Amino acid sequence: MTKLVENAAGRLVPVEINGTPAVPYQGVGRYRPQGRKAAPPIRSCADYPADGDKTAPDLKTALQRAGLRDGMTIGSHHHLRNGDLVANQVFRAAAALGVRDLRWVPSAAFPCHAPLIELLENGVIHHIEGSMNGPLGDYCSQGRMRGMGVLRSHGGRWQAIQDGEVHIDIAVIAAPTADPFGNATGDRGPAACGLLGFALADSLYADHVIVVTDNLVPFPCIPWQIQGNNVDQVVVMDRIGDATKIVSGTTEITKSPDRLLIAELTARFCDEAGIVRDGFSFQAGAGGTALSFALFLRDIMRERRIKARFVRGGSTQYLVDMLEEGLTDYILDGQTFDLAGVRSMRENPGHVNTSPFTSYNWHGKGNFASLLDAVVLGATEVDVGFNANVVTHSDGRLLHGIGGWMNCLAGRCTILPVPSFRDRIPVLVDRVTTLCGPGELIDVVVTERGIAVNPQRRDLLEKLRGSSLPLRGIRDLKAEVEEIVGGPPAPPALGEKVVAAVKWVDGTVIDCIREVRG
Amino acid sequence: MTSRGEAGSRDAGVRSDCWISVELRDGGGLELTVASKVASMYGARIRAQIEAGCRALGLEHARVEVDDKGAVPFVLDARLECAVRRADPGLSRVLLPDLRPCCAGPAVRRRLRRSRLYLPGSQPKLFLNAGLHLPDGVILDLEDAVAPAEKDAARALVRNALRVVDFGAAERMVRINQGERGLEDLDWIVPHNPHVILVPKVEDPAQVRAVAARVAAIRKKTKHAGDIFLMPIIESALGAWRAFEIAAADPSVIALAVGLEDYTADIGAPRTLEGRESFWARSQVVNGAVAAGVQPIDTVFSDVADEAGLRASCAEAKALGFVGKGCIHPRQIAVVHAAFAPTPDELAKAQRIVRAYEEAEAQGLGVVALGSKMIDAPVVKRAEGVLATALAAGLLPADWRESGNEGVAR
Repeated sequence: MTKLVENAAGRLVPVEINGTPAVPYQGVGRYRPQGRKAAPPIRSCADYPADGDKTAPDLKTALQRAGLRDGMTIGSHHHLRNGDLVANQVFRAAAALGVRDLRWVPSAAFPCHAPLIELLENGVIHHIEGSMNGPLGDYCSQGRMRGMGVLRSHGGRWQAIQDGEVHIDIAVIAAPTADPFGNATGDRGPAACGLLGFALADSLYADHVIVVTDNLVPFPCIPWQIQGNNVDQVVVMDRIGDATKIVSGTTEITKSPDRLLIAELTARFCDEAGIVRDGFSFQAGAGGTALSFALFLRDIMRERRIKARFVRGGSTQYLVDMLEEGLTDYILDGQTFDLAGVRSMRENPGHVNTSPFTSYNWHGKGNFASLLDAVVLGATEVDVGFNANVVTHSDGRLLHGIGGWMNCLAGRCTILPVPSFRDRIPVLVDRVTTLCGPGELIDVVVTERGIAVNPQRRDLLEKLRGSSLPLRGIRDLKAEVEEIVGGPPAPPALGEKVVAAVKWVDGTVIDCIREVRG
Repeated sequence: MTSRGEAGSRDAGVRSDCWISVELRDGGGLELTVASKVASMYGARIRAQIEAGCRALGLEHARVEVDDKGAVPFVLDARLECAVRRADPGLSRVLLPDLRPCCAGPAVRRRLRRSRLYLPGSQPKLFLNAGLHLPDGVILDLEDAVAPAEKDAARALVRNALRVVDFGAAERMVRINQGERGLEDLDWIVPHNPHVILVPKVEDPAQVRAVAARVAAIRKKTKHAGDIFLMPIIESALGAWRAFEIAAADPSVIALAVGLEDYTADIGAPRTLEGRESFWARSQVVNGAVAAGVQPIDTVFSDVADEAGLRASCAEAKALGFVGKGCIHPRQIAVVHAAFAPTPDELAKAQRIVRAYEEAEAQGLGVVALGSKMIDAPVVKRAEGVLATALAAGLLPADWRESGNEGVAR
């Protein structure tokens, strides 16, 4: 049995994860590790071809040359999202080489990686440390993975690699365009995805770096987000991704009248709270509600002739339109969601690629997320203490990754626009199933039934005095929901076994996820 | 002997609803199977509710199967009752959820009726949040939006919704079916505090009187104390011809609406965006309603995506004399309200006129003048009407005379 202790958030967490000691969460900003960052080994140009041609014939050979052996840690990344064809091939090649017990550290796993369940079952992969969306999350929830899963935010993955908490033996970086020296970019090529920021940490800290591309160009590949000087080998494949599943042709705003209402209330809140003013900044994701929020905000900005300094987030047609219309000076892009975003990144100097280092890393000399005036995020549950869950559903099943969610909580005003219930399932609860965001960092919850402001934010409440917005207490909203759905939900049926740990942005353990029974 | 009935749907896309099958048997007690998308959270409650429902409906021996996709309790009750009634059409018992205080507010004769949101009576998931979009009224529709095979299901769902769902400040309206079926609908609806009954395809004042008489009879029997008003809908050439008689048919009529889909079909003219083919009928409805002292209400605008078209259509309706419009999507509501609101110029002018009139009255002058212009009584009355609308819509503070506020039209 894993030994558990209560952390500063009152959650029971393991003190050891897969044989390595873990630090329980100590509170926001409390944990201050000492020491120096990790570093890759020293290399010599004598060991690399002087003509700069680092190509290997195929993935299997490249893995062999990289010294792949049992128990190693493999890094991969999710910039090709559900269209990724590389990660599955890496582990198939490893299986063909007879290697076992690998630790897979993806920045996120998607439903397209469901075939890897077979390799988890037959021992090639020992466990996953990374966001597990869909079938892999479900697999982990059922307690079938041998090791304990570890969920980190995008910034937390950088922090863990940088701090030496996770050592990547071999990183495989899928690159939509690359040269034989290993310089790589994501903004062009048949599998163009925008940027490669998630792979940047691996390129700097891994022992061995393999770039895989289906669009090899002669040196130099311009621009390069991944620098060839950090790359050991380059592998050319027929296809690294399914373009239709990497970026969508168009990103859809929501058609649901209730979601539109939530988005509209969120934009009005930002306006009335004085957030929308010249030179402000905000982050909005690519979810239907977040996109609609951006459109309502755009209308307010147009009407009042307000210009943002920068917009952060997953870029889409809608943010690109705002940039091109002059409503913002910059898009600081962390992940590109549609073709318009990819084109804009390629062509517009105001559309800048970023990485978890610049935007999210907590163990750095500041990060961009904390500079944001408003951050708009989703959640599966929010409790009466404004604590939020983003990884499990109310039935305890792990279904989503953390993404940049946890890192964005550093923003000046964190807003969660969420429906108060989905079908019959309340989003507003007494205590979140899994704690991902401490309530002290969550300022506002916007639902279709009203807006709850965290009582700690007296400044916001003061600004909104006399507002016509439907401001309500969070307990009041929760009570109304329970009246509709017929009482609070029964707690999820969970086993004793801890199947995954949830890491806070500083690498401490904020909560853990139990096996789901039944 | 066994007989079976089922209600609801178990199709893949179903959300916030359920499917219930009931097989009545001669013996063997109650056998219940529940599958639910929300089983881990609400499975036990669902089971307890279905068991209690079966008892209340007098079911002793039956096989009951529930496939739930997150239906809220009032929907489960309505589906169960419907399934049992389909297995046993002679069922006399009903399964009434407790009347919530939010459903007990009285009907009000004079009020804003700018927007009324249609909600298909067989789609309960659309009911729950309808009031949040702040329509002046919601219409729980038993008529055209409900397929013939689902009429019975809609009755139970709408009845339960009237007892449970919080529609906020919206007027609670129900559109009944035509003819005898519509009169039967009243038995299901009237005891549960609807504010307005919409009577479709009215061509004869006798239809209105028949509805009014049935409503009165049910109210007497059930001792329902509050007012219940009627809104006849004109949807044919004959109806339009008799607009005034219909509007004046009964004192409970508070508004007269026009429905153009059926009207244009009736006169054999294609329905155009421009609407020349229906100009006479619309104008006739406005004049008939106003002559009878009730509100004239325009038809729906059916292209949900065309916001500019809706705005133009409302502006035209307002220009013809209508005071409201039907909505088929919540996002149309704010557009309709803005379109029927007085413009800033209208509001400012109305305030000047009323001020001048009140000052003249205070000074005992027989003649009211604004600048060099004389103002006669109908102009004052019209200005007062504009201010009343603005006050009700929150565009003007109640103390506008003292505050010197000129009103802000949004």
